[in-house]
Amino acid sequence: MTGWERFTDSFFNARVMAQYLPKIIEGFGLTVVLALCIIAAGLTLGLLLALLRAFGIRPLNWLIIFVVDLFRALPPLVIIVLLFFGLPNAGIELSGFVAAWLALTLVLMAFTEEIFWAGITSVAKGQWEAARSTGLGFVQTLGYVVLPQALRITIPPLTNRTIAITKGTALASVVAVPDILGAANAGVSFSFNPSPLTLGAIAYLVLFLPVVVFGRWIETRFAWKR
Amino acid sequence: MDRNALRVEAVSPMDLFIETFFNWQIVHDAWPILWQGLQATLLLSALVVPLGMIGGIIIAVLSTVHSPWVKWPLRVWVDTFRALPPLVLLIFIFAGLPFIGIDVGPWGAVAIGFFLNTGAYYGEILRAGIESVPQGQLEAARSTGLTRGQTMRYVVLPQAVRNVLPDLISNTLEVVKLTSIASVVALPELLFQARQAQSVTYNATPIMVAAVVYFILLWPVVRVLSQLENRQLAGRR
Repeated sequence: MTGWERFTDSFFNARVMAQYLPKIIEGFGLTVVLALCIIAAGLTLGLLLALLRAFGIRPLNWLIIFVVDLFRALPPLVIIVLLFFGLPNAGIELSGFVAAWLALTLVLMAFTEEIFWAGITSVAKGQWEAARSTGLGFVQTLGYVVLPQALRITIPPLTNRTIAITKGTALASVVAVPDILGAANAGVSFSFNPSPLTLGAIAYLVLFLPVVVFGRWIETRFAWKR
Repeated sequence: MDRNALRVEAVSPMDLFIETFFNWQIVHDAWPILWQGLQATLLLSALVVPLGMIGGIIIAVLSTVHSPWVKWPLRVWVDTFRALPPLVLLIFIFAGLPFIGIDVGPWGAVAIGFFLNTGAYYGEILRAGIESVPQGQLEAARSTGLTRGQTMRYVVLPQAVRNVLPDLISNTLEVVKLTSIASVVALPELLFQARQAQSVTYNATPIMVAAVVYFILLWPVVRVLSQLENRQLAGRR
């Protein structure tokens, strides 16, 4: 076999690819579901924490800052491993899917809180004072005056961070979730041919390339004119 | 049977929690191999951060070339490696390439994977930095007789780096955190060693210790970054 034949036979083996394509497609669906669950829960919780922090209750804010720092400092894989392999030692069993979802949700929550908070504090003090002096309450000021302005500048960093963390769904394969990478790994060990990994890589590109290009577009679209 | 053996059933949930996650005896026993893991993690970070930075500088400098023959391949390259999850890339290199006779081992796989992945990220950040340096700086430098390379090296890059410093630090933090995926290809870094210790002791304390070590190591960086980012975002108004 020539080098080229060996290359194509290993990475673009049509027979192996056809055999494992259905599994990879199933994994694709699972990755998408996992990603959507993480995005929904992470963004919501992050926004809630940022709003809670705006009330300025000292001990509560310290707690929020600590939790946010914690999940920004810990590698996501460490959190996943702790939830999936650690908790069973204490008698709590989570499925791989739930462990990965929970871990990445907490990470996205932390980054989201941080970004929203930066957005809220970036709104000029005069805006608060003007809104309050027209008779709006604290919650009304936050909801109608501050948040709409804060939201705009948070969109680019938030989009990029969300994309980066969503890519972390591949980590779920470490805790036996049959997502794209999980299905590809299984395919390689059954067929003893790395073509399923090629398929997996293509699947990730199909999923994330448009998202990355979208993120780039968002960044220019919302760029602040200096 | 010893009476104490029966008492195990009656421990309170709090005791069980401490016993499982903060077991001092196990911290003591597992520390030597966790320490080895921490050293490997630090070495790994010291290897992949400069490697990614070199990749990033190459990409950023190439992106100043205006030819479409450079611009489009470069954009496809950067977007591909930003779209591919790093773990996928790592496993492809570690488990895929040996099938065609290229076996680079765990350290080699991590080095190549991180060079490609983090290089693309650093490249994007530095490109934004270079674009933030006014064109007049470049022209002034060139008119004083500096060559293209010298202008880049002494005038543009120092200002570019300063302008995107928070993003560079943030990305470096992510890279150090990301070294934990090397555990998947059995490179004996902190998380891998913690897993080994856990499977021997049937106790989650080693993983907890690893988490605490990561936190102690990276918390100061997160604090500094949080301050820098707040200032940066506020400055955009």
